[in-house]
Amino acid sequence: MFEDFIYVLTKYDVWLWRGFLLTIQLLAISVVLGTILAIPLAVARVSKNVWVQAVPFGFIYLFRGTPLIGQLFMMYYGVGQLVADIDGIQDHWSWAYLRDPYWYCLLTFVLNTAAYVAEIMRGGIQNVPNGEVEAARACGMSPFTTYRRIIFPRMWQMIWPAYTNDVIFTLKATSLASTVTLIELTGAARKIVARTALPYEAFISAAVIYLIIVYSLTLAFKAIEKYLRRSDKRADNVQTKAKPVVP
Amino acid sequence: MFDLYGRGWQMLEGGLVTIQLCLTVLPLMIVIGLLGASAKLSQFRSLRIIGESYTVIIRGIPELLIILLIYFGGTIAVQNFVSWFSGEEVRVDIPAFWSGVAALALVQGAFASEVFRAAMQSIPVGQIEAATACGMTPAQIFLRIKLPQLWRFALPGLNNLFQVLIKDTALISVVGVEEIMRKAAIGAGTEKAPFTFYLVAMLMFLAFTTVSLFVFNRLEKRAARGIARA
Repeated sequence: MFEDFIYVLTKYDVWLWRGFLLTIQLLAISVVLGTILAIPLAVARVSKNVWVQAVPFGFIYLFRGTPLIGQLFMMYYGVGQLVADIDGIQDHWSWAYLRDPYWYCLLTFVLNTAAYVAEIMRGGIQNVPNGEVEAARACGMSPFTTYRRIIFPRMWQMIWPAYTNDVIFTLKATSLASTVTLIELTGAARKIVARTALPYEAFISAAVIYLIIVYSLTLAFKAIEKYLRRSDKRADNVQTKAKPVVP
Repeated sequence: MFDLYGRGWQMLEGGLVTIQLCLTVLPLMIVIGLLGASAKLSQFRSLRIIGESYTVIIRGIPELLIILLIYFGGTIAVQNFVSWFSGEEVRVDIPAFWSGVAALALVQGAFASEVFRAAMQSIPVGQIEAATACGMTPAQIFLRIKLPQLWRFALPGLNNLFQVLIKDTALISVVGVEEIMRKAAIGAGTEKAPFTFYLVAMLMFLAFTTVSLFVFNRLEKRAARGIARA
């Protein structure tokens, strides 16, 4: 049994390594671009104007209410087909990109992550104490400055644990790229199984790598959470100092 | 438009399979979740470790990988087991439907155990002590005191999980179960109209998740009917 594990890990280590790199790449780009896109969505979502609110609401509702694999197929096969039907597109220089599953995957993951993160951010923004926002207004801050100095820092503090979960969710979501022929970690494992007919060894090896990524991400995000909450700690210190000494 | 190149019925059949999948996994998920939560809150350290590592491991692995592992690996495992048990070479095929159900129950059970653990911890200790003082056995305490309240505390979490479950059933199309996504893929391939078929599939999923959300909201309201609201 263990010989088979060693066989898979030594013979196909390059496949797994390349798969790992592609997984990390997909994860990093999806999370960064998705988060950037989520910020305007979340801000629009908490708007008091119903029409401004409706657009991000519809976007979030569509992306959270349907399976990611469906979104991916819709994008890659569905939109891909519509693009391919455009006259002369196949001779155009952009065709090399337009038929590559990598870009469709990234686009789907970015939009999906944006929808989920925007919903988390909405909760965070709405939970910022009203008094703090009013105080900022009273100090003469413009709405933009209020967001930058007061609402966003508070929001990040509050949503960080949920955001961490969502990043891990996105990591797991990148495994779907293997269904449109990309060889990321899951894809590499599937390729090894097809070659060697050793499903346990290949899939469990990939699973262990995923667990290592999740564990490292959790540790890193915990460290950042501590940094985000550094002001809480300071407040605690003040309180403990101010406590009267019991005789 | 509505008969989808004559494949409208096929899509509806796929929808039925998706509903079957969801409703088969739901009770399994609840049972596994309750067992997992009990293990995590157990007084025995070994059970706690088992419960915790189950959640940590399952939550860190993509659902797709677990589905593939159970579909490809499960067949071999059962085959070896049956061969060893009966003493002769036996070929076993686990239907894709059931390996998919097993995979989803395993995944959702891990998440449900977290929901139930939190719910169990929200039951006031005083009530358990009172029940013990009245002479109830642990089983009676569970059935009479814990379970009716667990329902109320766990519903919002289960609502979320059921949404995830509906969407995760689409992953089982990868191993060939003919639910919505698979039917859409077949239609898209044979009729050369991927956009139409996947659009219909997505709308069907959207309808399912919307209905589930509505039903669970009603249930939550009903479960909270005896509670004074601030």
